[in-house]
Amino acid sequence: MNALIDLISSGIVQTVLIGAALLGAISGMLGAFAVLRRQSLLGDALSHAALPGVCLGFLVAGGRDLGSVLAGAFATGALAALIMMLIVRRTTLKTDAALGIVLSVFFAVGIVLLTVIQTRGGAGSLGLMTFLFGQAAAILRADLWIMGGIGLAALVLVLAFWKEFKLVSFDADYARAQGFPVTLLEAGLTVMVALAIVVGLQLVGVVLMVALLIAPAAAARQWTNTLGTMVMLSAAIGATSGAAGALISATTRGLATGPVVVLIVTGAVLVSITVAPGRGLLWQALAARRARARISDGRVLTTLHSLAEAHDDAGYPAEQGMLQTALGAMPPAAQINALERRGLIRPVTHPPETTPHWELTEAGHAEAAAISGAPDRTQSPDGSQQEGKQ
Amino acid sequence: MIAAFFGSIPAMVLLTGILVGASAALLGSFLVLRGNAMLTDAISHSIVFGIITVWLITGQISGPVQVLGAALTGVLTVVLTELLARSKLVKMDAAIGLVFPALFAIGVILISIHARNVHIDVDTVLLGEIGFVWLHTMTVFGVRVPVAVATLGVVLAVNLAFVLVLWKELKLATFDPGLAAALGFLPGVLHYAILTLTSVTAVAAFDAVGAILFIAFVIVPPATAYLLTRRLWLMVALAVALSVAACVTGYMLAMRWNVSIGGMMASMTGVWFALALLFAPGRGLVAQALRARADQLDHDCRALVAHIYTHQDTPSMAEENTLRALVEHLRWPEPRARAAILRAHDRDLIERRAGLLALRPKGAAEAMAIFGQAAQGPLSGRDRTAAPSLDASHPL
Repeated sequence: MNALIDLISSGIVQTVLIGAALLGAISGMLGAFAVLRRQSLLGDALSHAALPGVCLGFLVAGGRDLGSVLAGAFATGALAALIMMLIVRRTTLKTDAALGIVLSVFFAVGIVLLTVIQTRGGAGSLGLMTFLFGQAAAILRADLWIMGGIGLAALVLVLAFWKEFKLVSFDADYARAQGFPVTLLEAGLTVMVALAIVVGLQLVGVVLMVALLIAPAAAARQWTNTLGTMVMLSAAIGATSGAAGALISATTRGLATGPVVVLIVTGAVLVSITVAPGRGLLWQALAARRARARISDGRVLTTLHSLAEAHDDAGYPAEQGMLQTALGAMPPAAQINALERRGLIRPVTHPPETTPHWELTEAGHAEAAAISGAPDRTQSPDGSQQEGKQ
Repeated sequence: MIAAFFGSIPAMVLLTGILVGASAALLGSFLVLRGNAMLTDAISHSIVFGIITVWLITGQISGPVQVLGAALTGVLTVVLTELLARSKLVKMDAAIGLVFPALFAIGVILISIHARNVHIDVDTVLLGEIGFVWLHTMTVFGVRVPVAVATLGVVLAVNLAFVLVLWKELKLATFDPGLAAALGFLPGVLHYAILTLTSVTAVAAFDAVGAILFIAFVIVPPATAYLLTRRLWLMVALAVALSVAACVTGYMLAMRWNVSIGGMMASMTGVWFALALLFAPGRGLVAQALRARADQLDHDCRALVAHIYTHQDTPSMAEENTLRALVEHLRWPEPRARAAILRAHDRDLIERRAGLLALRPKGAAEAMAIFGQAAQGPLSGRDRTAAPSLDASHPL
């Protein structure tokens, strides 16, 4: 414990922790918009496309200068986004092909540039490898100012255009109809995603950056339906994961920060989609159980039975909406399947309707009659059901 | 002779590249057409996890069992992604972006932990070592062949057989999955078959070009071919040819500039794509721009003819039927106005009469056609109804 406190109070570790938390918070905040606008994979493409920019910044500055490296990454990231838009708009190729092209070709050029730097030699090329998988320990105190500045700028932009970004994220068509400059706002959001990627590169590297961008947002989304809460929660998850990952990788020899951060933040997603109240898998399972407990098998059968009786038709097909109205809620699919397996009900179609219908089998009618205690009138030998059809 | 060929380092490096490129392009054509290109991204990243896991279990990296085992991770990624997306808690794109980084991260951490024991390191994961494929050889029919070449040769044969045998089914499932399902061709099974083969190819190509450059070979040559043709067989053939061409030129440039061979080969696929994007006949950006320019010129000609027709034999003729009026009243930039006049002149629509622009019989006919019904009425439509709408920018 004392060792941990000593560690945290040391200046270098503080720098790394503050930097990692800052990077995680920025990515988490801006990633929320990327996830809501279904642009997660754009984040992946842009982060791979930042590699040639990192190398160019390195070549121009002649060393690992954060400012020029980030500027280079931002420039090639933006170029990649533009080329992607050009491909999608001016050819019939689908968006995913455009993403794949931009991602792989820019990355390939980055690899070529990387070997150019390596053959030129110098200790600097080692510093460059940290941009592939991230190395929080490489964050310097001077870097914090640049990161803080970018973070502050992103925060101011998000707050200033909150209403506009919100509208564009949820209903771009309505925003356009209201006369908002939607294309400009969307471009602004894309630029900010590129910004988040650029600052996050140091922490997790180009290959895994997509996870830091979208995982905090995907986790936060499970806990809330409010954009403001989601963005704040996402930033908090990003910051915590970043700091925790940096601490673990800094204290373990030879462990890059990126993979550690990604595993932590993926853990956060797993926990969230399992236990988040209302939405999580656990809650869904509980809700299904409760619904099943509320609607017993017997009620489903007697309801179908009385519908058949009321219509004087043993093979009366009950529509799902009808069942829902009669039972107060639709029985869960598992319950319906179980009844089908037991041979008590069978799914039928009732053209021209396309929705699922069910009817009782003979065994089902017998069971329902046994439950309700009344004689089964639909199966009477004199054939009252035939009468109904005449 | 054969032994000399398989013993030559440049020939082996080149052959490895060509085998990777051809195997990838065969499958990539269908992935690009089906809109599944980004699943390649997910697969190629997460096989890193499969490769290191298989190594931890069997202690080897090459071999049929190892390749298949590692390829399972690729399929697992797709299954996990689809499960996650089906839970409706996250969207499909986010599901892809959540699953593969997690598997990749575990793979990289495992490599870091066992770094001293494994011959793959983090650099290999990204870059591959195509320059060193000749280091690991095996004997096939009495000839020493690099392991990578032998593995990739088998993979290419399997992919080729798959595509040739199931050509009709693949074509149908790609362009009309609904009909394929109705006819009983199981498009879902084909979907997973393609993804499994992509996984296997990714694992086999991993040593040579690394996890990420592989994506370039799968997506870019087929996308390039797609810009050049609308026939499936031609697209697949072109994709393979472009891939091979990228490998050959990429290798030569990499030797010349002393840079990463795999990176240069993948970059060359990007060069072909850029060329096709710009110059594809009929659909390229240059052809589009030329067509837009021709359309604009035609449109300007029609507007010019209509303008002259509107003012011909009216008091304002002397002022309106001039180049000046086009610039000042229609607000056309002067080069645009001059181009339109020249074009209309070339097409024998107008002539210069007493210093003014006037319609030739052909131009008058075209103007009548433009105004259509309106021109047939007695005087009326020509001046009041049609003219203002055509001369919207004209300050009357």
